[in-house]
Amino acid sequence: MILDNGAEVIIGFEVHVELKTATKLFCPCPTAFGAAPNTSICPVCLGHPGVLPALNQGAVHLAVRAALALGCRINLLSRFDRKNYFYADLPKGYQISQFDHPLAERGAVALPGTSRQVRIRRIHIEEEAGKLNHEGENLWTAQSSLVDFNRAGIPLIEIVSEPDMRSPEDGRLYLHSLIRTLAYLDVSDLRMEEGSLRCDANISLKPADFEGDLEDIPRVELKNLNSIRSVVRGLEYEIERQAALLDAGRPVMRETRGFDDASGTTLSQRSKEAANDYRYFPEPDLPPLMLEAAWVDGVRDALPMLPDAWAARMAEYGVRAQDAEVLVSDPALVRFTDAVHAQGAPFPEAVSWILGDVARLQNAHHLPYGEGPLTAPRLARLLALVQDGRLSGRMAKEVLEAMYDNDQDPDVIVETRGLRQVSDVQALTAIVERVIAENAKVAEDFRTGKEKALAYLVGQVMKATRGQAEPAVANRLLRERLTGGGSQ
Amino acid sequence: MSGLLDLTLTEAVRATRSGSVSTSELVSAYLSRIGRFNGPYHILLEVLEESATQRAHELDALSASERDRLPLYGVPVAVKDNLVMDRGSTTAGSRILEGYRAPYNATVVERLERAGAIVLGKTNLDEFAMGSSTEHSAYGPTLNPWDPTRVPGGSSGGSAAAVAGRLSLAALGSDTGGSIRQPAAYCGVVGLLPTYGRVSRYGLIAFASSLDQVGPITRTVDDAAVLLRVMAGFDPRDQTSLREPPPDVSDEASVRGLRLGILSSYPEGVDPVVRATLDHMTRALADAGARLVSVDLPDPTRALAAYYVIAPAEASSNLSRYDGVRYGKRKEAEGLYALYDETRAAGFGPEVKNRIMLGTFALSAGYYDAYYGRATAVRKAIADGYDRIFERVDAIVCPTTPDRPFPLGERLSDPWRMYLSDLYTVSLNLAGLPGLSVPVGLQEGLPTAVQVVGPRLSEPLLFRIGRAIERAAAPMPAPDLKEGGAA
Repeated sequence: MILDNGAEVIIGFEVHVELKTATKLFCPCPTAFGAAPNTSICPVCLGHPGVLPALNQGAVHLAVRAALALGCRINLLSRFDRKNYFYADLPKGYQISQFDHPLAERGAVALPGTSRQVRIRRIHIEEEAGKLNHEGENLWTAQSSLVDFNRAGIPLIEIVSEPDMRSPEDGRLYLHSLIRTLAYLDVSDLRMEEGSLRCDANISLKPADFEGDLEDIPRVELKNLNSIRSVVRGLEYEIERQAALLDAGRPVMRETRGFDDASGTTLSQRSKEAANDYRYFPEPDLPPLMLEAAWVDGVRDALPMLPDAWAARMAEYGVRAQDAEVLVSDPALVRFTDAVHAQGAPFPEAVSWILGDVARLQNAHHLPYGEGPLTAPRLARLLALVQDGRLSGRMAKEVLEAMYDNDQDPDVIVETRGLRQVSDVQALTAIVERVIAENAKVAEDFRTGKEKALAYLVGQVMKATRGQAEPAVANRLLRERLTGGGSQ
Repeated sequence: MSGLLDLTLTEAVRATRSGSVSTSELVSAYLSRIGRFNGPYHILLEVLEESATQRAHELDALSASERDRLPLYGVPVAVKDNLVMDRGSTTAGSRILEGYRAPYNATVVERLERAGAIVLGKTNLDEFAMGSSTEHSAYGPTLNPWDPTRVPGGSSGGSAAAVAGRLSLAALGSDTGGSIRQPAAYCGVVGLLPTYGRVSRYGLIAFASSLDQVGPITRTVDDAAVLLRVMAGFDPRDQTSLREPPPDVSDEASVRGLRLGILSSYPEGVDPVVRATLDHMTRALADAGARLVSVDLPDPTRALAAYYVIAPAEASSNLSRYDGVRYGKRKEAEGLYALYDETRAAGFGPEVKNRIMLGTFALSAGYYDAYYGRATAVRKAIADGYDRIFERVDAIVCPTTPDRPFPLGERLSDPWRMYLSDLYTVSLNLAGLPGLSVPVGLQEGLPTAVQVVGPRLSEPLLFRIGRAIERAAAPMPAPDLKEGGAA
């Protein structure tokens, strides 16, 4: 995105993702969201005197899965460091993080619908702080503040991108693609509104005549972005704000700004943040994290198929690009579609049913794909019945709905309801002739050019067969009889 | 009664198991000694009389076969007050933790108690183990049992004085730069710094995590070996603890054929009595069949300099958690930051504040490489230097301290001289090596000691050389404690 004044927009992200482990990163406290305040705590996550961290290997596993899925190189030796700062939500006065030797580096995320990708600089493991609830604006001005340490020590990964995005739309695509990929791994709840995924955006404007290192351009770190929409709005506001400063010949300050959802503007938070010197040093309580190459290979081999690969596969089978895009945005959906395909249903038909009636019914019943009465084998069987011409589309819909009500196989429903599409020409011919005879006037109307009259006759055939006639066949037979053509 | 108090750990376990002495009798003998002398000498910060008495009764009720499964059956121990326990309070010698009741037991305490030991109380220490005299305790200094006008050393001064003064049969200390070995030397008892990682640090209130290690303080080398065997071993709650089986206990005491490193030179300021005692002892070891080899230790003054960067750096971080909000003593004030400031200003003593400031500075942006970075490089060079020495010798016999117990107050205004008493001890913490301080008798009424240093995990060898030293040395008498203390 090049602005009117020739400046180029430069955007990078730091995304924090809470990992979905059963217990915290360094102690055995459960991580469940929504527990009563300060009930999921112990001496370790409260930072009592004498405690030591014991690394949760499950968190390492999830972090490695995520890093591999984002195309990163895993460092077989990484280290933990202490990031020292003083804040009321940080029990030890330091956060255990990874600084010089992160878990993973050099990955990439493709921007959907473009041929570009955003490089991932690094991914590291760290611990979550507690949660403050202020009776007032912030820690310094509040009447009082309460702290809940349930969250303290929950494992996080921080995913740091390179400044490869050039517009708020790039930012949106990046986050969309990142979240979509992580969703396939089941490593996190990924809920921005609950804070299990948080992102900070770095944004700067590179003047047209600037040459040199992007790092040297003063950038603004944007915080308090609680939805992808906030990200886009915050970035748009910042671009305008910074551009106005540049146009007025005034400098952009390097600072942290918070996005205010209500006003859609950003406000400086700099004073307390910029002065921090984190005094990183190696965490003496944890040995270096050493991973075996074979173990990492095993994690890589066990990765599920990821959205980009799914989309390519769908395309191969003739699924339209925009349908594929919808399917891969939900791993349960794409896995269900694939399971239906694996049971013998052609992809395009399966997709059209799944994105139509199936989606409607699953949503109406509040069921995730693959759960509830509609199993992949049942849907595949239903599609096969249509494919064979044994059920009309309308009948198939009826059977589909009945499956949700009765939790039965399609064949059972077809059988009990006596549903069977009549496409047998001989059987239908007799009925067609009878309908023409019984509706001589309407038949005459058609012969004299009233095209609409045919629809009425088809309706009568359907009625006579209790809906089991294949409408196309009935239509063809009626036309033949009435116009005197035909194969007799 | 004095006969009971003179039993070594091994003798006491034998006596209590056989039933010739009940654990209650043993415990009450120690408790009454504490009652008489703890006031004047200020050795224990808290006496756990009730729980100790109750535990002794429970142990007395055990059957013979149950007793035989407890290697420390009925052994009274004192625990340095920077090891947390779920009874009583744990202060680390600091006002900021005054009245702090820990919600759990340190792993070492748990292991000792599971083995049948009985904790008599918590011993005095320099605040957060920062000091070499116990004078930096917020609760007042401990007096040396041999001379109440002198310091017992530190920071485990209370533990060493307790064992020397017969206020406990054995004790736990912690050693970050000499804090077990130096007071053991000053009090005439045995003190072991185990190999880094040998003993779990879980529940040890951290001073400098990469240097801290918990170790035993006892009257004999054998007693230290028995305690270490119980204390040592991997602890899943301390991931820096080593996956090594605890060392076996033996009675091997021969130094025949061992290559022992002795120092080729001493810096100025080493007490001539310390030198003479050491020379005498190394000659005795040579007479017993050891081969003496001259070695140069990695530069002790550089080690001291590196130590005084790394230890405060880690301490500055470890002590950030004391803010008066979640636990410990709070100083009420207007507003959160005022509460933090005033709690820390009132809660920490001057030596602790010095080190927090030193360490914060050393880690600051722009200074990190010049201080912490260089100190880390020196640390590595020291470890490499020891590796090279141990290619030529099996162990080193050197002074524990360059000096002997100094008068109370003498060095409070001269921190560098205070720090110098750790000249021969700090480098082992930097290199993660074990060191054993063994008393070699009284000179001019004050104890002197020698230190045996070996490669990583060489504790059994150190005990073997330590036994040889014990046999060659004059036996240590018991100090004559005065009820009036220093008065």
